[in-house]
This record gives sequence, C-alpha cells and structure tokens, in this order.
Amino acid sequence: MPMRDIASLVFSAGLLFLLLVIGAELALGHPDMRVGAEYLRVAGPELGAANIVTAILAGYRGFDTLGELSILFAAATAASLVLGHRRADARRDPPGGLVLSAGADLLFPLLLVVGIFIVVHGHLTPGGGFQGGVILAAAFFVALLANPARTLNHALLGWIEGLAGAAFILIGLWALVEDGHFLTPLLPLGTMGELVSAGTLPLLSVAIGLKVGAELAGLLAHLADTEAPDR
Amino acid sequence: MLTWIALVIVVVMLVAAVLVLTLRSFVAAVAATAVVGLALSVLYVLLQAPDVAMTEAAVGAGLSGVILALALRRLGLWQLDDGDAVVLKPASGRAGAGGDADA
Amino acid sequence: MIPLSLETVSYAGAIGLVVIGGLGLVICNHLFRMLLALAMAESGANLLLVLTGFRDGAIAPIIGYGPAGAPLVDPLPQVLVLTAIVIGVGVQALAVAVLVRVYRSYGTLDMRELRRRMEGEIAAAAGIAAPGSAQAPLGQRPLPPVPDYELVRRSAPVRERGA
Repeated sequence: MPMRDIASLVFSAGLLFLLLVIGAELALGHPDMRVGAEYLRVAGPELGAANIVTAILAGYRGFDTLGELSILFAAATAASLVLGHRRADARRDPPGGLVLSAGADLLFPLLLVVGIFIVVHGHLTPGGGFQGGVILAAAFFVALLANPARTLNHALLGWIEGLAGAAFILIGLWALVEDGHFLTPLLPLGTMGELVSAGTLPLLSVAIGLKVGAELAGLLAHLADTEAPDR
Repeated sequence: MLTWIALVIVVVMLVAAVLVLTLRSFVAAVAATAVVGLALSVLYVLLQAPDVAMTEAAVGAGLSGVILALALRRLGLWQLDDGDAVVLKPASGRAGAGGDADA
Repeated sequence: MIPLSLETVSYAGAIGLVVIGGLGLVICNHLFRMLLALAMAESGANLLLVLTGFRDGAIAPIIGYGPAGAPLVDPLPQVLVLTAIVIGVGVQALAVAVLVRVYRSYGTLDMRELRRRMEGEIAAAAGIAAPGSAQAPLGQRPLPPVPDYELVRRSAPVRERGA
C-alpha cells in the first residue's frame, strides 16, 4: 500500500522534527532546576530521608501517589472484570517439572527477602514501595508458574490490598487531624541513615509496597489462571 | 568511556525496537521488548536514576514480558510464525514477478 | 557536528524509541503488535523525561552517596517516571485483557479482518446487505478485481511450451 507507506513516512518525519525542535529547546545536561533544587536543599533536613526520590514520592507528593495507586487499582480491577471468571471444568496446566519447581523454590525466599528489603529501606537506598512491590509480586508469581496447581488466595490478596490502601489513607487522615494538612509527614525524624527514621515515610512506603505487590500478583495470577485456548 | 557504553546500549535498544516490529514470531517480539526494557534500565543507571532503573528492570524486563507472554498464550499466538509482521522485503508473488522476469 | 556525549546519545535513543513506537502504531495491522509499539513509545517518553533532569557531572539524588556537597541530579522527573512505569504496566495489563475479550468475540486480532467482521455484524443487525456483498446496490458494489495481465502473459507461453 504505497499511499499508506507515504503517509506513515510523513508522519514519522513530522514526529522526528517535532521532537528535535523540542530537544533543541531543552538545556540537556544543564536543566534549570527550580522546584528540584528546592527539594534537594530542603528534603534532607525536613524529612530526614537519605533517598530524595522516595522523600518526594511519599512526602511532598503523597497525594499524587495516592492518585497513582488508585489508577493502578482501577486498571487492575478493570482487567479482572474484563477477563472474567475461570470456568470450573477448565483443565489446569501440568506442573513445570523438577528443574523449574526446584529453581522456583530456591528463588522464592531470595526474591521475597530482596523485595522486603527494598520496600523497607526505601528512604535510605534506591528503592521504595513501587519497586519492592513489583519484586514481591514477581516472587509469588514465580512459585505459581512452576506449579500451576497451587493457587494464590484471591480473597487474602484483596484483604491485603484493601488494608494497605486504607492504611495509606488513614496515615494521611491522621496527619490531617494532627497537622492540618493531608499526608504531612509526622513522627520524630530520628537520625538520617538509620532504619527507623524519617517519620511516617517508611510506613507509607510499606503500604505502597503491599498494595502494589498484592495488586500485581492478583493480576498476574488472574492472567495465568487461564483455560487453555480452545482453538 | 560512559558515552561509548551508552552508545552501544542505545544501538542495541534501537535494533531491538525495530525487531519488535519486524520479527514475524510474536514470542520473539515479546522477547525483544524485554531487551528494550533491559537496555533502558542500564541507560537509567548511567543517567544517575537508580530508582527508575530498578523499576524499569523489574517491570520492563520482567513483569511486562510475563504479562505479554501470558497474553500470547491466551490469544493463541504462541507459535513461531504468524505472518503479520511489517515485511521489509517485497512479498514473493506479483510484486517480485515483474522484476526478475528475465532472470 | 553534534558533540557525542551521554545526553545526546540518550536523547537519540529516546527519540528513536518514540518514533519507532509511533511508526509501529501507524503501520502495524495486528492489535498485539500495536500494543508492543505503544509500550515502546511510552518507554521513549519516560527516557526523555528522565533525561531532562540529568545534570553533567552530578550524582544520584541520595544524600551520603557521594562526597558531601557534590551536585545532585534533578529528582522530580525521576519521581514522575517512577510512577509512570508502574502505571504503565497496569494499563498494559488492562489492554491485554481487552485484547483477550476482542479475540474471544471476533476470533481475530487483525485490524482489517476485525473491521470487516464488525461491519458485517453491524450490517446484519441493521438488516441490510453487508458492504461489498453481491446484494449491495449497484453504485456501492465493489468493482470486479482487475485481471493480472502481467501474470497472464507470462504464464501463457510456459503452458504452450509444456504442451
């Protein structure tokens, strides 16, 4: 289809030109950081978190993060809704064999520890609720892939997810009552670099991690928990 | 030095991105998207964004590939040839018949 | 000549990803491949965002990671991209679920075929002949396919020689 090829070439050339123009305007390598510089200056003393990315994510932009969490929740719910329920008579996949199941058994505790470490140390090292949550979901899903006869408890996942989301909002409401602002970091800051420091940031991080992990694990289990295609 | 590492990674990433569109097998295309994700996560490390690199490595190279692979199985596309990639060379048939008529 | 530095190289990568992804969205006919192309365009946009916060010679925005007083990169784009990636995977899962649904209903994911079947379904529901069928009114009937003279002329002598 020559007409279509010409159209797509014109389209991509236009896109390229547009992006190049935008790029010429950007001061690559020398951004004028207005908000960013202020965050960098203030975040350490104010929130007591060594990792400024997590400090912004949960501290200054906690409300934003709540919105992101609800988008993720809506997407996961809609996906489960569209996929529908599994038929009762559908056959399951056979278990994955010795190598796969032994590897999964070996990998599961490792992934679990790494995920929990990343969630809990979010305010000190790179990491936080989102990254750790994804790794936690992967840990549970690897076990499920190796042995499809095992199933994740969807009711339990729903409870974890709901409680984590409620905890996030409750911490925010507590700050609202205490300080007058939703999701303001509370609690004493402690010394920077210790595990128990930075006030409520680690708590929010754990809530995010549990919610993201439960959501994605449930979603993956739902996608995997499939009838074999009948065609 | 960092620039050259970045150059190699970007080249690998763009080649993988083109392969996503041109590979005929969907399984291979999904694997190529995972390669793109992996290269991106290395690039994020070079750009001093360890948090983003960690997320991209877990999501782009892992979870997203798993989701797409599960979808392939469920859509019945888990096979080696489907015949719907962008074909770069002209299809053998009418287009080729006129050109090498004398050969 | 553009200087070869980490920023320009990454910038080329980001633009390349966005353009390849956009091109794939336009060219490809298969819905699943369009989903892959969309994911790539999204990754390119994320890379571009992170790149806007990069500073020459700066280190990652973690206090105590480098020497004290060293410049740190802008953390704000990193925060935005961090959440965007996770949201992206959720949206991708939703798109996959919709694709599964479409495949169950129509039995195909090819755009052209999908369009034909949907048009046929709409026409059947409306009680009129499907476009392109022999029962359509004369003006809307597709023209008969043009015979391939090239092929006819080429194949004719071959058959003669064989006989």
